[in-house]
Amino acid sequence: MSLQATMNAPCATGRVARRSVKVSAISAPPTPARAPSSTGSVKRAMTMTEKILANHSDNSAVKPGDNIWTKVDKLMTHDVCGPGTFGIFQKEFGPNAKVWDNERVVIIPDHYIFTSDARANRNVDILREVAGKYNIKYFYDITDRSNFKANPDYKGVCHVALAQEGHCKPGEVLFGTDSHTCNAGAFGQFATGVGNTDAGFILGTGKLLIKVPPTMRFIMDGEMPEYLLAKDLILQIIGEISVAGATYKAMEFAGSAIEGMNMDERMTICNMVVEAGGKNGVIAPDQTTFDYVKARTQEAFEPVYSDGAASYIADYKWDVSKLEPLVAAPHSPDNRKTARECSDVKIDRVYIGSCTGGKTEDFISAAKLFYRAKRQVKVPTYLVPATQKVWADVYTMPVPGCDGKTAAEIFEESGCITPAAPSCAACLGGPRDTFARMNEPEVCVSTTNRNFPGRMGHKEGQIYLASPYTAAASALKGFVCDPREYM
Amino acid sequence: MLAAQKRAVFVQRPGRQTCVRVCAKVSKKDGEPRVVRGKCFVTKDNIDTDQIIPAEYLTLVPSKPDEYEKLGSYALIGLPDDTYTTRYVKEGEMKTEYPIIIGGQNFGCGSSREHAPVALGAAGAKVCVAESYARIFFRNCIATGELYPCETTVRLCDELKTGSEVTVDMDANVLTDHSTGKTYNLQEIGEAGPVIDAGGIFEYARRQGMIKTA
Repeated sequence: MSLQATMNAPCATGRVARRSVKVSAISAPPTPARAPSSTGSVKRAMTMTEKILANHSDNSAVKPGDNIWTKVDKLMTHDVCGPGTFGIFQKEFGPNAKVWDNERVVIIPDHYIFTSDARANRNVDILREVAGKYNIKYFYDITDRSNFKANPDYKGVCHVALAQEGHCKPGEVLFGTDSHTCNAGAFGQFATGVGNTDAGFILGTGKLLIKVPPTMRFIMDGEMPEYLLAKDLILQIIGEISVAGATYKAMEFAGSAIEGMNMDERMTICNMVVEAGGKNGVIAPDQTTFDYVKARTQEAFEPVYSDGAASYIADYKWDVSKLEPLVAAPHSPDNRKTARECSDVKIDRVYIGSCTGGKTEDFISAAKLFYRAKRQVKVPTYLVPATQKVWADVYTMPVPGCDGKTAAEIFEESGCITPAAPSCAACLGGPRDTFARMNEPEVCVSTTNRNFPGRMGHKEGQIYLASPYTAAASALKGFVCDPREYM
Repeated sequence: MLAAQKRAVFVQRPGRQTCVRVCAKVSKKDGEPRVVRGKCFVTKDNIDTDQIIPAEYLTLVPSKPDEYEKLGSYALIGLPDDTYTTRYVKEGEMKTEYPIIIGGQNFGCGSSREHAPVALGAAGAKVCVAESYARIFFRNCIATGELYPCETTVRLCDELKTGSEVTVDMDANVLTDHSTGKTYNLQEIGEAGPVIDAGGIFEYARRQGMIKTA
């Protein structure tokens, strides 16, 4: 019997930390009695996550809690952790060691790029040095910081770049030196973040020792109302289970609402799995996934699906048609409130960007709302496309239903600040001169992923996490605002 | 008692100028008890990695010895000033007076940045005692060998005060508060213990013969 969790009255206010993170036990779907297989070996019913890990280890089957050595298909690193990762690799494996596979390491500078900070710039130089030394096939370099378009290899935000460049494939195992590596689970793969030491180990061996996580399932059914986006769904979930509700667990997302989403929206959901403490997130691959992947890579892949009889440690179900636009209020991603109950919160700025909320679909959504409203924003509205490709889409792709206008045109007409060079920018603060960094204690509505104290710069800054619709509506109102006001 | 930390910042190995060994981890000697005594620093729930080491300091590369030390000077500098009036590392200093950190639930949540346990270890933290940990942070503590992530079922962050002298005994699994005399049970450090004793997974793997010496 699944837990029916519909949107109730506003949840607890002013909550800094949830004391109890226990999920009240929910019975897993009944497991039918299994007839012995005709080939003689009875395989254990497994979830998608368990199957992917079993396929990549020496075991034909794995179960939650097993410590296993998994083969790695791809390792990603960026400018913040890359130098340290390669430093460890060189120290531990020796100056003459080679990386396990120079075509399976993807180096993506994206965090502190457009800054005059000497150490940040030096870190990109270090990446270039190791990319050359180890003959790394995929290094998305940038040398001309004054003009991002002058760098043909440079992409931008690592998680979006990984997807756009065809590195995300169903059934594979991806590790990255960034907590939002779980973003790639949208492709039906096992993807999670690790630290420099684990990554250094992978560089040398192509393997990692990990513990198989149990899976929590989240079924999002029904038709998405026009004012809701994927961000609202994941904020709903995190608010429900808390920032530690999925610690050491896999989060599997299913249901008709998920199936109806494109890859950008699915990535938004899997991206924030880490905000619930989750180890990884997965969405079953389907034609939407295959179309996206095949348009970007010729490499073969083998999709994997959860068995019908697989066991889940928890089951949640929502009818999305009953949900409302949400925010995560300061200072925690699980401080869930409806946007409308925060309508008295005056804001100072809006930020639309990051791996979570700076993809093409995110800008298209924001542009749609601005177009319908036909008004000017009341606060500085910062736009940071995640990658060069997203930036190009913003400037060239006509926004559906907006008279052939591009998002860039609509943003300009609404008085937003000109879209900036693609990178992580102010999502995590960064060096002092980072674009849109919060250097004063202001109130910001943001499409990013975290709002802990000091996240975007100033320790007393107040960040409301929200969907692109809610962010756009708030920019128009000058207050935290439910997007239905402009729809 | 753990021997006074051998803080040799780097040891130049003859004939290998690129191989620099940073000896500022826990590195417990064989046979020594796994016990830490010192002043404790109390934090509450959900101390995230942005509070442990704000993003603007992430340009420091932990595998470079001088930058490793600098990271330590910024440990826990992201804690809000109004709730935390005592700094973990005094302004102008590089090391902390508090080798023991007390936490609530979900310590180390947020980013996967290894800079978080590294900054704490570089500052001089030896052990953290909390109700629960975020998984990447927990894993990074073990992989780097920078500090022991001890768990307890008691809400120590409500019982202890910053500055109190405590002893964390990970052999007997007891924490003693010397200001009150009270003792509290700790969970077993388990398999993580020997790995951190050795100084992290690589050193541990080497000692076990799992990998050849670099």
